[in-house]
Amino acid sequence: MDFQIAMLLGQDGVTNGAIYALLALALVLVFAVTRVIFIPQGEFVAYGALTLAALQTGRVPATLWLLLAMGGVAALIDGIAAARSGALRKLPGVAGWNVAYPLVLAGLLYSLPLESLPMLVQVVLALAVVVPLGPLMYRLAFQPVAEAPVLILLIVSVAVHVAMVGLGLLFFGAEGSRTPPFSEVRFEVGPMMISGQQIWVVMASVVLIVALYQFFGRTLYGKALRATAINRNGARLMGISPALAGKLTFFLAALIGALSGVLIAPLTTIYYDTGFLIGLKGFVGAIIGGLGSYPVAAAGAVLVGLLEAFSSFWASAYKEVIVFTLIIPVLVWRSLTSHHVEEDE
Amino acid sequence: MTTSILEIRDLCVSYGKVEALHNANIRVGEGQIVTVIGPNGAGKTTMLSAIMGLLDSRGELDFDGKLRLAPEVEDMVAAGMNLVPEKRELFGEMSVQDNLLLGAFQRYRSGKRDQAETMEEVYGLFPRLKERREQMAGTLSGGERQMLAVGRALMAKPRLLMLDEPSLGLAPLIVREIFRIIAELRRRGVSILLVEQNARAALQVADYAYVLETGEISMEGPAQALADDPRVIEAYLGLGGKHQDMLAT
Repeated sequence: MDFQIAMLLGQDGVTNGAIYALLALALVLVFAVTRVIFIPQGEFVAYGALTLAALQTGRVPATLWLLLAMGGVAALIDGIAAARSGALRKLPGVAGWNVAYPLVLAGLLYSLPLESLPMLVQVVLALAVVVPLGPLMYRLAFQPVAEAPVLILLIVSVAVHVAMVGLGLLFFGAEGSRTPPFSEVRFEVGPMMISGQQIWVVMASVVLIVALYQFFGRTLYGKALRATAINRNGARLMGISPALAGKLTFFLAALIGALSGVLIAPLTTIYYDTGFLIGLKGFVGAIIGGLGSYPVAAAGAVLVGLLEAFSSFWASAYKEVIVFTLIIPVLVWRSLTSHHVEEDE
Repeated sequence: MTTSILEIRDLCVSYGKVEALHNANIRVGEGQIVTVIGPNGAGKTTMLSAIMGLLDSRGELDFDGKLRLAPEVEDMVAAGMNLVPEKRELFGEMSVQDNLLLGAFQRYRSGKRDQAETMEEVYGLFPRLKERREQMAGTLSGGERQMLAVGRALMAKPRLLMLDEPSLGLAPLIVREIFRIIAELRRRGVSILLVEQNARAALQVADYAYVLETGEISMEGPAQALADDPRVIEAYLGLGGKHQDMLAT
């Protein structure tokens, strides 16, 4: 390996690592606030990318139907609950978010000339379809069992993942898609050629990480999520409902996932089941951070990206094996250095 | 007779088959301090948790003139009820200031933006918290933590403040300070439901009192009258050590 190849691999590693870092942060966040190990994180990557690809070919993405269906069911459940407890003032909000919003979006998607829209608008539309699936998923699958032990939540999480992969096959077919890059610019830096899309990925990841940092450090809603992660009971007594915290967390996780999908879709072909592997690599990063530390998780995820890039050069057939084997020494080290804490639930 | 801010009728709470609270009737008048005293395990904390909506219960609960059916904690906080639990439940890895800010979460959600002024009021009441505002809550002393827990609840501008054992585990000097603050809060118009094992201090500060024993209200009356009641003196004000036997007869 000469210097030029090393730089090339490093560049690939950092680009992928940036995406893994975003997913690792989302996984840590979801676990800290809701105790859910969020296996379907990767599906949002695939859904985001494939929804954008569908929009760019002028088709109304089938994910819209999922949004309409999940919104309808959520509205029904919440509507009945609100009516029973006499909280009729909650009804407009319930109907607005779960029914009116998907309908308005459907109206837009059917009336706009999708393939000729500017790419930015297409990206916004793709996110507008996919991201609300996050809070709806929390409402329908996790909120009813929010107080259950972590193992039950994990089982639900696996079930949701399997369902989403199946639906992905139904919605998008077995064919993969690749979207055009955000920009065709290429930079030559010394011996390296850096594509505009790679810069987009790294920059967008950095911007998103800084934005998340600001959100958690400066806004009351961000602090409320941190408070829920630190002390769920205390947060409840402040009027921060676990349901609100859960939905907000899943919204952020879905946003991070879908945006990651949109960012990498021009770099690699995405299939309906690609997300799982990408999500797992983010998960390795999150494990390196002990599912608790955001900076270590992000750094671990970049390490995963680099390791993957270099092992694809030396032993490309084993690159996944090498990446996932990394988890073993990390777990051994973690189990030796951390104290076992009984689950408090 | 003042109007009620809180009235509970026949409140029952069960843990499985065990009934921890049986047909409790309690009333807190507007601007009053009402205390519930009783031995460990009598169901005092259970009662507060049920009123707050943390536990499922049967019975009727009127708060601020409205009947609340199966209340959710968030709805009760939004309606102006606040509980300072025995364990304080602070956010240990967040600063004192952030803890206080989160106390106003419900108000912020409903569009009220007076958090800065309320925080100054709380700092006025607890100057110590202002000195430590950048410090992590987890590093505070026991007394400071209790002040922070009360201050955080006050950030919600509650109509009814429920305090669960605010003096528990604190040095006598700090206990005196906490009770001084409780009296000061009443002067400012906050209604208070105070659960205490320190019966002497509680009866001194309260207007009305209930005695809760093995899940049932066994006595009630104006705080001064209860403080003079020989049974209460014997059982709770420290003149005898055999209070359980005495009250059983």
